[in-house]
Amino acid sequence: MSELRRTPLHNFNATRGGRMVDFAGWEMPVQFASIVEEHRSTRSAAGLFDVSHMGEASVSGPDATAFLDYVLTNDISTMKSGRVLYSLMCYEHGGVVDDLLVYKKADDDYLICLNASNTEKDVAWLKSKLSGFDAKLVDVSDDFALLALQGPKALEILSGLTSVDLGSLNYYWFTEGGVAGKPCIISRTGYTGEQGVELFVAPRDAAELAEAIVGVGEPLGMVLAGLGSRDSLRLEAGYSLYGHEIEEDISPVQANLMWTVKFKKAADFIGKAALLEEKAVGPKRKIIFFKAGSRRIIRSGAPVLENSEPVGKVVSGTFSPVLNEAIGSALIDATSLKAELSVDMRGKSMRLFQSRPPFIELNP
Amino acid sequence: MNIPPNLKYTKDHEWLKLLDNGEAIIGITEFAQESLGDITFVELPEAGDRFDSGASFGVVESVKAASDLYMPIDAEIVEGNAELEDAPEKVNQSAFEEGWIVKIKILDDSQIAGLLDATLYAEIAKD
Repeated sequence: MSELRRTPLHNFNATRGGRMVDFAGWEMPVQFASIVEEHRSTRSAAGLFDVSHMGEASVSGPDATAFLDYVLTNDISTMKSGRVLYSLMCYEHGGVVDDLLVYKKADDDYLICLNASNTEKDVAWLKSKLSGFDAKLVDVSDDFALLALQGPKALEILSGLTSVDLGSLNYYWFTEGGVAGKPCIISRTGYTGEQGVELFVAPRDAAELAEAIVGVGEPLGMVLAGLGSRDSLRLEAGYSLYGHEIEEDISPVQANLMWTVKFKKAADFIGKAALLEEKAVGPKRKIIFFKAGSRRIIRSGAPVLENSEPVGKVVSGTFSPVLNEAIGSALIDATSLKAELSVDMRGKSMRLFQSRPPFIELNP
Repeated sequence: MNIPPNLKYTKDHEWLKLLDNGEAIIGITEFAQESLGDITFVELPEAGDRFDSGASFGVVESVKAASDLYMPIDAEIVEGNAELEDAPEKVNQSAFEEGWIVKIKILDDSQIAGLLDATLYAEIAKD
């Protein structure tokens, strides 16, 4: 077993009661007090999440835009500087290498933010696709800590710590500026469905920045939140998570993410032919979201049944504190999309009630 | 860590409160609820169900994990704590009182001697 990696906020998390677990090789707080309470507080006030395990890479050079358009499914060529874009990165066969955020600093200068569990794989993949492009890719993960401040009070809390005009920073835009005196990339993005920002900051400044946010945030009801509530918040919001709704063998056609795949963009891109084909023929499997009809969580891996025959499997399952009901997602055969689906819970059959995501009203 | 001295315990982090009439109340300990985190569901057996010592008689589900409940002693279920159906969080809030899980009739008194007292259990519940 290799040593777990620690974020620049490890001591901050540990001294404030974070219960640390192994997540993708990182020692991360799964919760501070209670997953459900952290979830509720993020929906009602704000939550502060250490997500410094996420990876970052810089893509620069005259062909940076062309390169990203080749390896990513979304349209990079139409991005304006200061814009953030969600995109998938696909294999030739249409499966997903990773989902990521692209930050456009300038025509020849981008930052991409990657899943922690995929960073190494992504960087190797991207480097292997560079030939023929006048572009440079550098793993800059160690240059950044990343804090997510999310919730209806997030911007109010942040406004107490920065002179940046947050009112004019629209959803999925970013800017650079000081927060509590620390230089940050301030990104109006998040993974909860609430208003909020993600702050990229130098590792040496991370703990002081977090302390400053706590100082302003706690009187307004902000809590420290861990990966447990991060997951229940994203599932309630209907957002995909790599390794669950998207995977090497789950394509964007299957995952209902075709809005991130731009067949009409000028550039050819990796996976285009396979995805066009799958879209034309129709996917063999689809991701669905469901409510469980009770509080009992149906967990990832559970076989999904139609008339007692397996037709798929659950890929995410958690408890929604807002609905007071268990929710989840499953990958099922396309032929069973309209069928009555169930799972076997220790001998008891439980029906899955299909539900279009999001499960709650989003207000990002 | 709260470990009431008047209760019996198991290595599976359950407690038994022996009643005068040959019955007992069973729940999970403070240590158990703390490790499980937010409890969202408790599956209870039916009154009259019989279980051998060591058999699984129900499930406590938290946001993080599902955890079996093991019958510490041969027993017949008298009743389950129906309050937990709507408010399973009572197990988090009050593991030794309101969060009790089942009341049982003890079928074999001799097995009581095999249960742990608070002092022994405290050794196990140390991290």
